[in-house]
Amino acid sequence: MQKKKFTFHIDPADFMPASDKEKEYMVQMRPSTTFFKDGMKRLYKNKVAFISLIVIVLITLMSIFVPMFWPYSYEAQLGNQPGKPVDPSYSNLAPFEYGKTEQKLIEQGEVVFPHIFGTDDHGRDYFIRVVYGTRISLAVGFFASIIVLIIGTAIGSISGYFGGKVDLVIMRIVDVIYSLPDMLMVILLSTVLGLTLDSAIEGTVFEAIGSNIISLFIVFALLYWVSMSRLIRGQILSLREQEYVLSARATGAKGRWIIAKHLIPNCISVVIISAALQIPSAIFTESYLSFLGLGVNAPMPSLGSLASEALNGYQSHPHWLVIPAVVISLIVLSLNLFGDGLRDAFDPKLNA
Amino acid sequence: MNSKTLFYIFKRVLLAIFTVWVVITATFFIMHAVPGGPFVGEKATTPAAQKAMEAKYGLDKPLIEQYFTYLGDIVFHFDFGPSLKQRGRMVIDIIFDGMQTSLVLGLFAAGISTLFGIILGAIAALRRNKLIDRIIMVITTAFVSMPSFIMGTLLLVTFANVLPTNGSSAGGMILPVVTLALYPMAYITRLTRSSMLDVLGQDYIRTARAKGVSGGRVIFGHALKNSLIPVLTYVGPMLAYIVTGSLVVEKIFSVPGIGRAFVNSITGRDYPLIMGTTIILATLIVIMNLLTDILYKVVDPRITLE
Repeated sequence: MQKKKFTFHIDPADFMPASDKEKEYMVQMRPSTTFFKDGMKRLYKNKVAFISLIVIVLITLMSIFVPMFWPYSYEAQLGNQPGKPVDPSYSNLAPFEYGKTEQKLIEQGEVVFPHIFGTDDHGRDYFIRVVYGTRISLAVGFFASIIVLIIGTAIGSISGYFGGKVDLVIMRIVDVIYSLPDMLMVILLSTVLGLTLDSAIEGTVFEAIGSNIISLFIVFALLYWVSMSRLIRGQILSLREQEYVLSARATGAKGRWIIAKHLIPNCISVVIISAALQIPSAIFTESYLSFLGLGVNAPMPSLGSLASEALNGYQSHPHWLVIPAVVISLIVLSLNLFGDGLRDAFDPKLNA
Repeated sequence: MNSKTLFYIFKRVLLAIFTVWVVITATFFIMHAVPGGPFVGEKATTPAAQKAMEAKYGLDKPLIEQYFTYLGDIVFHFDFGPSLKQRGRMVIDIIFDGMQTSLVLGLFAAGISTLFGIILGAIAALRRNKLIDRIIMVITTAFVSMPSFIMGTLLLVTFANVLPTNGSSAGGMILPVVTLALYPMAYITRLTRSSMLDVLGQDYIRTARAKGVSGGRVIFGHALKNSLIPVLTYVGPMLAYIVTGSLVVEKIFSVPGIGRAFVNSITGRDYPLIMGTTIILATLIVIMNLLTDILYKVVDPRITLE
């Protein structure tokens, strides 16, 4: 065939089954990777982010499981047994000290569970209070960011996809909410909602954590979705001009289908990253409010309220202040570092 | 200033006015949705006395009428009514009193944080991946992750014996100012660093170096000037927040500022004071945001306005 270069004759050899040697070229040298796997691999390599993840997981597991087997509860005043006068020897214990009756038990050879961080001025085991405080802080951060995620994604994708008047109206609302001073509004709304909600949640499971935290969630739902929805809108605006959306529309796909199947999956990484970074900011807000006395209801502790209570006696009991402070900083720090790691691993624009 | 810029500014001012109106309206109706009313907690009030009190403060009129009176008083007389709990004082006077302290505190903190933030950020960027950069980044990361109340209490505990801790005296301002300044300083450092690294990679820096401009001129005349634009967008709103939002710091160091007035008004349910403080602080923040946006455009003509 080589001699007649410009002939239209077809070479039958081109249509023969491939030989084994030729097939070797087609063998995959390594399995194809997906976007998710690729990102995970980068995340594993990032030591700082990985250690942060371990810290977060450890703290979370502790806050969930420790209260299950811990012999003391967060509200029990150990010196205050029913039918007996209050035993003051249980209050203000230093770490690993015991109350009078406990010391007697130890002398009798029994094993008494130690108060690792001592007790507070009401004779409550401080370790378990810190654990519960961590639990509250983490829960607030987690649920608040889920609320923000859902509302922000829904509104942002609607606004970005439909455009026009819908977009205009939503974006003006976003502009207004964006320029509201958030902390003031949080305080204002949680005060007011707290007063209204107190009667509504009486007797339900929510009573223990208190109306302030519920109203904090409501405030998050009302105000904090805006930056998320702005982000999603921007993503959608650039994504909807892509060819695959055009082709989906050409084959008759409806708006909801395109949003759910094409647009949201393609901006999911941005969404998850900003949701992860939302958690520390929610924890900040909660501890801030608790510190001002507008957070969880007593006797339920939160890291902020523990620090706030400790402020009065910080000279004689510095560890009451230092422990919640360290825990909250550790949580926020590792969440921030992990969020940064996620962004580095999953944001394709930064991978160039 | 072409007509497009003017139109943009006009639009932004309208939006700002609208936002302030939303704040006033929302605050008013939210506060009036509270069950009970302001005088419920009062000791020894007979129903008749309560009626008289409500009549005195105009609380017996229809809600919508109260709203327009309130709005009118604010717009035309800058009057937020009398305080309910601090008898004989007007809300606006209480706010101005607190404002003076908070303003001094905030301006000092903002100045310190901006100055040191930019310097540290520039050093970190110029010595990228060197030891000094690492140290600066570790410290600022720690500061950014620490809530202000923890920073404040830790400073209080550490320096309680060395420095005065009562915020109402002049020397007592040191710790609150430092507490207020640390977080924004850390943030500005990080912002300046990343923005400066970005600028240092630009072509015009290479051009400047290639044509023999001295190192100092490149850094100060080209790199630093251009990398400050993102910093500017942070400093504007920060100034407003630092002046208004130091609730926690004022509580820790018992500074008699506006933040403490706000917290006290909430725990004391002093309705007109809550509303007045919210509205004034919100307005300040809105104005600062507006100025930042406009300034942003003036400083960097490349930025296109929507």
